[in-house]
Amino acid sequence: MGDIQIKESSKVYDAVIVGSGAGGGMAGYVLAKAGVKVLMLEAGPYFDPAKHSSQLKWAYESPRRGASTKERANGDFDAAFGGWDIDGEPYSRKDNTSFDWFRSRMTGGRTNHWGRISLRFGPKDFQPDDGVSERWPVTYDEVKPFYDKVDRLIGVYGTAEGLENEPDGIFLTPPKPRLPELFIMKGAAAAGVKVLPGRGSVLTEKLPGNNDRGACFYCGQCGRACKVYADFSASSCLVIPALKTGNMELISNAMVREVLTDNKGLATGVSYVDRETLQEYRVHAKTVILGASSCETARIMLNSKSAAHPNGLANSSNVVGKYLQDSTGSSQSGMLPQLMDRKRFNEDASGSINIYAPWLTDNKKLDFPRGYHIEFGGGMGMPSYGFGGNTATLNGVLPGKDGKMKEAGGFGASLKDDYRRFYGTTFGMAGRGVGMARIDNYCEIDPNLVDKYGIPALRFHYKWTSDEINQAKHMQETFSSIIHSMGAIPTSQAHGPDDMWGLAAPGRIIHEVGTTRMGNEKQKSVLNKWCQAHDCKNLFVVDGAPTVQQSDKNATWTILALSMRTAEYILEQRSKQNI
Amino acid sequence: MNRRESIKAIGIGTVSAGLLLDACKPKTPEDVKAKEVEAASADRLPVEAERDKKLNSETFFTAHEMATITILADIIIPKDERSGSASDAGVPAFIEFMAKDKPDNQTPLRGGLRWLDLQCLKLYNLPFADCNREQQLAMVEEIAYPAKAKPGMKQGVAFFDRMRNLTATGFFTSKIGIDDLGYVGNRPNKWEGVPAEIIQQYGLQDVKFGSGKS
Repeated sequence: MGDIQIKESSKVYDAVIVGSGAGGGMAGYVLAKAGVKVLMLEAGPYFDPAKHSSQLKWAYESPRRGASTKERANGDFDAAFGGWDIDGEPYSRKDNTSFDWFRSRMTGGRTNHWGRISLRFGPKDFQPDDGVSERWPVTYDEVKPFYDKVDRLIGVYGTAEGLENEPDGIFLTPPKPRLPELFIMKGAAAAGVKVLPGRGSVLTEKLPGNNDRGACFYCGQCGRACKVYADFSASSCLVIPALKTGNMELISNAMVREVLTDNKGLATGVSYVDRETLQEYRVHAKTVILGASSCETARIMLNSKSAAHPNGLANSSNVVGKYLQDSTGSSQSGMLPQLMDRKRFNEDASGSINIYAPWLTDNKKLDFPRGYHIEFGGGMGMPSYGFGGNTATLNGVLPGKDGKMKEAGGFGASLKDDYRRFYGTTFGMAGRGVGMARIDNYCEIDPNLVDKYGIPALRFHYKWTSDEINQAKHMQETFSSIIHSMGAIPTSQAHGPDDMWGLAAPGRIIHEVGTTRMGNEKQKSVLNKWCQAHDCKNLFVVDGAPTVQQSDKNATWTILALSMRTAEYILEQRSKQNI
Repeated sequence: MNRRESIKAIGIGTVSAGLLLDACKPKTPEDVKAKEVEAASADRLPVEAERDKKLNSETFFTAHEMATITILADIIIPKDERSGSASDAGVPAFIEFMAKDKPDNQTPLRGGLRWLDLQCLKLYNLPFADCNREQQLAMVEEIAYPAKAKPGMKQGVAFFDRMRNLTATGFFTSKIGIDDLGYVGNRPNKWEGVPAEIIQQYGLQDVKFGSGKS
């Protein structure tokens, strides 16, 4: 002991960015392209899809055939390192509430495991008129130009549908649906549910003006990360291009402790620990940009206490950590007897979504204030861990090849043939809905808990209410009616009031946002409408934390648009010498 | 890059997937070997590579347990006119690995195997592996059908369910199983939707796919 030293960098960067995901990656890209000297700190290892992806490996090239591990909660081939439980990085919950906190520590952050489903928030998501949801300090029209620029920069497929709250983008051609998805479209139409072509950030054709990224060759493995950069990951599309400008440096395995401030309360840099060597560092910058993910950003701010910021950095409102929101999630799966013994063809298609159902129902007639969309999938995917798990149940429900019923279960040649017969007949539907922003859903610093680096850890308090539970009930009823209209058989367990209609625990959908909300009043919000801290003018937040009230739509496209908008605002303020 | 160039580019990183195109063919067999080793491990974190190496160096099941697992796996998925058996596809080794990789499997599998032996000792005075074929199948009949199994057989049903699931995964994720199943993906292609004759077969030609405007 006694040899802990802090290495202090003498260089002062124009900006230090914490986090390399959608928010941090976009800010780094915009600033580096404009010639600003940027230092990006990422808590996890370096990851370049071109070098480190498992794309096109066969199931048998994994000794566990793609099953999940501690390092890869989404499976052995998945690009994302991380999970809800990380050794040495604990968190706690308060008052028997639940929140499961996913951490994705690596270049690109959460963009490594997301479904590339890329939806814009609509006018009513920013300015809700349901009488319950709070309004953002920005409108769709203010954000629209940035969504447009994100579409052009990164690429997204879809179709123009002219729906008010499901705004159209600048779309590439969408991939066609798989066979079970055609049945879903037909069944949903009969059940009165409008299903649209998917909207996903995968280059189904060459992105105009971009020669660094390849076009999709339809392996359906975006989750493993694309070696030719045909899907959107913050690493391949933002961080690596930013590094190529020569204006940005990236330090991996840099776990940020706190934001450093001067006696006037302005940010001067950050301190961090190298997760591998445990060496402590301080780096300095004129502007500090947090994009560490909503809860980690709140944690860093709450841990950054000083005389000027006694309640944590930029927290005079006491709102940092509050209004934490995750999306609701509930799902069902089923199988189509019509598809037994189906003809084989390559049905991998796109690794993002082929079809989805937007929320088009008026909530005034319902017992919950905000809606959900449905994501669908099915087809003859690569057999992997868990293959055929329900075959030995279904083979007792449907007649065999000889037309006769038999007992569920079994073994031998007849069971072997059942696995073949049932292959490619299953499908899934998952609802993703609005979790309401509430002051009593929050994260805070646990006074008794630190992680293995000595950084005070988070404690969560999160409860669903009837707003979310009634919405999950509606999802289940909708799924059941679609499955019925399809002439399909439900294969997942039935849900009801006892399990809150299958509503996933908070945090499980990994859409957490809202811990440093924007607002026009500094007593009630942390950031102004440019995602600039009210209490610290050279501190910005660019991840999901600025969200006032989430939408049912995945947050990524909005994080990208708002981060781009904030980065352009920073450039403008720099040119006016305001920061 | 257009799709053609993408497919060319992907060849560099996936020598082992057999997609190598002439343009990026390494010069010598040593180069090929070196590139294969590099490509096979570049997607692993050091902690992952070390764990897999450690798990592969350990042994969980005894020789007797492995013999029983092999017999059971081949009863669940036997050789037929289309493909080989579970053991031809390496299923017993996969089950051994999964017992080490997911330790939750260890007690149900070890205990289930012993339960099976004790049942057979009571009935036939022999452990399962030493019973004749007829006796083995009679025993499996008792635990292979959850709804009609006798109350005293329920623990055996739970064990057999686990064995059946592991065997199905192990078989159908192997090269033999994937070929048997007829999965023809995991290769670069141009997806243009479900073939027209199949859409016709299921009467889905009138399903409308959005506005059609991109």
